[in-house]
Amino acid sequence: MKQFLSRNPSTQIIDSLRKDNDKGRPWTLMEKIFLGLTPQQYLSQAMSNPLNWIFAVIFLIGFPVLIGRYIFGLSWAVGDPYDNAWGLFLAFGLFGMVPLSSSGFQLGSAVEVFGRHDFEPIERLGILNGILGYFFAVMFLMVDLGQPWRLPYPMVVSWGPEAVLFLVAWHVATYLSVQAAETSTAFFEWMGWPAGKTFVKKMALGLAVAGIILSTLHQGALGALSTYAPGKVHPLWYSASFQWLYFFVSSLPGGLCMVIVVSTIAVKTMGWRCDGTFKNSLSKLQIALAKGASMGLITYLTIRLIGIAHDNKWAYLGTGWGAWWMFEIGFGVVLSMILLTAGIRNNSVTLVRMGAWTTIIGVVLNRLNVYMFTFNWQQGHVHIPPIREIIITVTVYSVYIVTYRAILYRWPILFKWKTRYSEYAVLEPTPAAIAEAEAASSK
Amino acid sequence: MIERRDFLKGCLACGVTAATVSVASGKAMAAGSFEGYPDAMGVLVDLTRCVGCRSCEAACNAEQKLPEPDLAFDDTSVFSDKRRTTEKAYTVVNKYQVADKETLFRKIQCNHCTEPACLSSCFVNAYTKTKEGAVIYNAKVCVGCRNCMIACPFNIPAYSYSSPLNPLVKKCIFCYDTRLKDGKPPACVDICPQQVMTFGRRADLIKLGHDRIQANPAKYVDKLYGEKAVGGTSWMYLSSVDFDKVGFDGHIQNEPIISNVKDFLGFVPMVLSIWPALFTGVHLLATKNKDGHHDHEEGDHQ
Repeated sequence: MKQFLSRNPSTQIIDSLRKDNDKGRPWTLMEKIFLGLTPQQYLSQAMSNPLNWIFAVIFLIGFPVLIGRYIFGLSWAVGDPYDNAWGLFLAFGLFGMVPLSSSGFQLGSAVEVFGRHDFEPIERLGILNGILGYFFAVMFLMVDLGQPWRLPYPMVVSWGPEAVLFLVAWHVATYLSVQAAETSTAFFEWMGWPAGKTFVKKMALGLAVAGIILSTLHQGALGALSTYAPGKVHPLWYSASFQWLYFFVSSLPGGLCMVIVVSTIAVKTMGWRCDGTFKNSLSKLQIALAKGASMGLITYLTIRLIGIAHDNKWAYLGTGWGAWWMFEIGFGVVLSMILLTAGIRNNSVTLVRMGAWTTIIGVVLNRLNVYMFTFNWQQGHVHIPPIREIIITVTVYSVYIVTYRAILYRWPILFKWKTRYSEYAVLEPTPAAIAEAEAASSK
Repeated sequence: MIERRDFLKGCLACGVTAATVSVASGKAMAAGSFEGYPDAMGVLVDLTRCVGCRSCEAACNAEQKLPEPDLAFDDTSVFSDKRRTTEKAYTVVNKYQVADKETLFRKIQCNHCTEPACLSSCFVNAYTKTKEGAVIYNAKVCVGCRNCMIACPFNIPAYSYSSPLNPLVKKCIFCYDTRLKDGKPPACVDICPQQVMTFGRRADLIKLGHDRIQANPAKYVDKLYGEKAVGGTSWMYLSSVDFDKVGFDGHIQNEPIISNVKDFLGFVPMVLSIWPALFTGVHLLATKNKDGHHDHEEGDHQ
């Protein structure tokens, strides 16, 4: 796309309801889907992007394997892991992706509840990152469940309300609807349905508060799930009293850093799609997010250490698992904190971005350690997922990236949607100009 | 300032959410101090009597109509590995070399906990602890999340991973359908030539177990495994050596597994009742006197 635009600088990429010329005729849905290019132009720019060829190879190998998992059964993909019933699909896809998606509730509440309107340019990205992460966590669940067609059973057929997973199921389902409502404002703008947006905006505070409640509980619940297996998770990764707090607290920097990473990728690979407000405020906002993340990380480090001290587990640090634990904490938490705080102090967005990467790697590594690598550690072997399980995981994650990119290309997430023909003359309309225009249009 | 109508709407949205999810905590609060059905049956297993003939494995295979095993039931080469229960074998016997001369065999199967972890972790309530003492499984509602396999402190439930359309949890059900509900002992107990296993009311078996220890304190370790472990199990064990040496988890907790989860579940009602008021309150404070707070409602970029 970047190359295409440099060759065709006059192309108008759709960022508005109506066309510039042609008397301001509204764009058709087809035109919006192809971003205002002809299908031929769209295809040629897609073909010239090497990333798409990588995805093509992944899908060519991955989709047959994914279909094979449903035809030949789970064992064909994952083997018979009786002692490690939860493998990569859940340890990475569910337990890893959900904390990185806590950005939705954090940015939603920063703007709507705490009135931090300076975060508005990145609020929609945070919320989109939230809903896509949850949605694809459910997709991973659909791959992992023995009978995925029974997914609605805990809601409608048979209730097991004393189970933590029951709470997770209900919360994730409810929270997906909350986030769908929050994200719909961008969709309504894109489709040109202002009434829908107005309706949702009136619920903004309620939705944001519902997001805080649901997120506190289900992020914690994902950790509480491991308290069913106290002897199976390695003691360094387990604390009876802190387990759910580990998961909740680490999800906070995880989600914020995911937004830093995604917004960095967006501005570097699809700069044409980001508007001036987004680009100009990005460094400042990323550093502000890093401040939040570093406070989350220090809290997380403190409770991880208190957890060890509380149960007096220091002796385990001398073992091989102890070295692995020190790597997880050293790389994912301590190094991240150093990079983030150095970035904040020196106003260096590069350091902040590096720290964001190490943070999200640390959070995902922690989830893999709790539910996969250290699980049933006393049996003396580490569960390594078989190749088809890895291929399917990479495939589903690639679908996630492609979907994410497709939405960022089209919906007004990184840019402001222009609703009126007359606005085009003004490059950066002032709020007053918009209010004036709105007032004029309502007459 | 926030408009009152919007504020009420916000409260309503939170309230609906809270009502939806608060059921999650109710039942769990009640569980945890259950001492078992008074007439629950159990089995007392005396490890010192077992000779490793594996006839219990064969009887279980026939009773539960399980597939042919890879190796015949009289093949002792299986003892070279430590096996676990699988989708094809609900019970297996393992061999332990505990001293130079002494060999012990240990049969494993579902221990039928008084407060089963599989049951309390199941989000569709597929498990039932029957009044006869069996932990049975409802294949019709199982979604296949395999949380029961994660939760079981004895690593018992297996899963028929190979079935594409109807994979299910596979575990011992105490021969509930075919025997236990009519008061009969399970197939493995019936067949045993060594009387390793004694079938009876759990309460009586606890007494019997302690009597046997008292009658022969030199022979037995002074512990009835399963009397207290994870809140008590219907199957209990006597051994001549430390239970750790014959594959048991000697450090297993005495509290039922559900008690580990209560810290978290106890926090749920607090979040549901305090968070809405706390955060809407913070909103009112944080946005007080901020001009143009709600300007963005009129269609500009968030």
